[in-house]
Amino acid sequence: MRNLWIFISRYNAFFLFIIFFIVGIYLTVKNNSYQRSVTLNSSNEVVGTAYERLNVFKRYLNLGMVNDSLAAENAKLKSQLLGLTTVDTTKDVKVVDTVTNQQYTYLAAKVVKNSITLRNNVMTINKGTVDGIKSGMAVIAPQRGVVGFIRDVSAHLATIQSLLHKDTKISVTLKKNHVFGSLVWGDGNFDIKKAFVKEVPNHIKMYVGDSVITSGYGSFPAGILVGKISKANVATNDNFLSGELNLFTDFSTLQYVYVVKDKKAEEQKALESLVKPNE
Amino acid sequence: MNSRIIIVNVIRWFLLLFVQIFLLKNMGFYDLSTPFIYVLFLLLLPFGIPNILLYLLAFGTGLTLDAFYDTMGVHATACVVLAFVRISFISISLNRDAIDDPEPSLSYMGFQWFSLYAFLCVVAHHLVLFFLETFRLTEIGYTLMRCGLSCIFTLLIILLVEFIFYRRTPR
Repeated sequence: MRNLWIFISRYNAFFLFIIFFIVGIYLTVKNNSYQRSVTLNSSNEVVGTAYERLNVFKRYLNLGMVNDSLAAENAKLKSQLLGLTTVDTTKDVKVVDTVTNQQYTYLAAKVVKNSITLRNNVMTINKGTVDGIKSGMAVIAPQRGVVGFIRDVSAHLATIQSLLHKDTKISVTLKKNHVFGSLVWGDGNFDIKKAFVKEVPNHIKMYVGDSVITSGYGSFPAGILVGKISKANVATNDNFLSGELNLFTDFSTLQYVYVVKDKKAEEQKALESLVKPNE
Repeated sequence: MNSRIIIVNVIRWFLLLFVQIFLLKNMGFYDLSTPFIYVLFLLLLPFGIPNILLYLLAFGTGLTLDAFYDTMGVHATACVVLAFVRISFISISLNRDAIDDPEPSLSYMGFQWFSLYAFLCVVAHHLVLFFLETFRLTEIGYTLMRCGLSCIFTLLIILLVEFIFYRRTPR
């Protein structure tokens, strides 16, 4: 012990230096944000690398377990597949031919010009007669919501009379009680996120939050979500109720739309033209 | 005699730190060369000073500088390193029993010994200072250049000050 003391006191300069140096470094790292961040980052890097190495080993040791679980999952999927194929073969004769019976096809188009600030808004898309687009076709938004109708068509472009137009009227249904109404926009409120359901019979109760979907009577396919009722049972001068709804379509950010092609449109039109008005 | 040494050193401490903080802090050549003249105080402390006191003085001086430079601990560490180099160099180059000079200044020790002494201490101090300030090795070339140029600047000023206050003493 005495020798140790002698040793330390002989080289006291060195030991004192070590002590003070450590205190100095500690102060530096503790009180300077840059030095601290460097120290922390490098130590994190060291720790991170060590963990990464360890993980490689761990993964290797766990391979057996992973194999087992994968094999089990494989077996489960295979049995499911088997079930599916057997069902399919027994019902082969009943399979519905969805290709020839498909009434609607959808064509994606890019909006090249849009307007939302006018009373009667019209937008332009980059598809035209070349792509089989005809006047009167319905246009819907990518996720949900309706956009409007095709108005005029050129070879490669078409204009859409959007919902934000005084002549646009879309036949819709209230989801809860299957009542029909007409969707119009801009009846005293030119908010592009709001529209109105009109011509709902008086005895019907509307619910706030009820979904409004297309009825399928016009060129729109049935069941496309349009919006949610935000104000119900607004009485009007006529014998019908009216309701305000929040549209799902965001016209201000519309980039792509789908044009709905109805295969039976011509047929339906031809058939309905046989009925004479005021018959 | 003893009280005179203390008074001289206290005055020197205040003078050197005043010059360092209020004059030299604002000086520098393109951020490359910055003089740190305050180390002269540590260089000129008397021979007989105990090691622990020397370290404490070095640490305290460094902390004072840090307070003004906003670099907590950097100067303190550099000063501690300087103190260690000072103790080592003196114990190696001089016979402990034969020291009868009061302080290791140019007037007493001569140009050759003092310049080597100052050079080693300043280089050690500046190396630690600049590397702690940069705190990474990626810009090592730039850091070394700053360190070297600053060393030259500091040494020039130290020698200048020593020659100004040179007293011809009988050796």
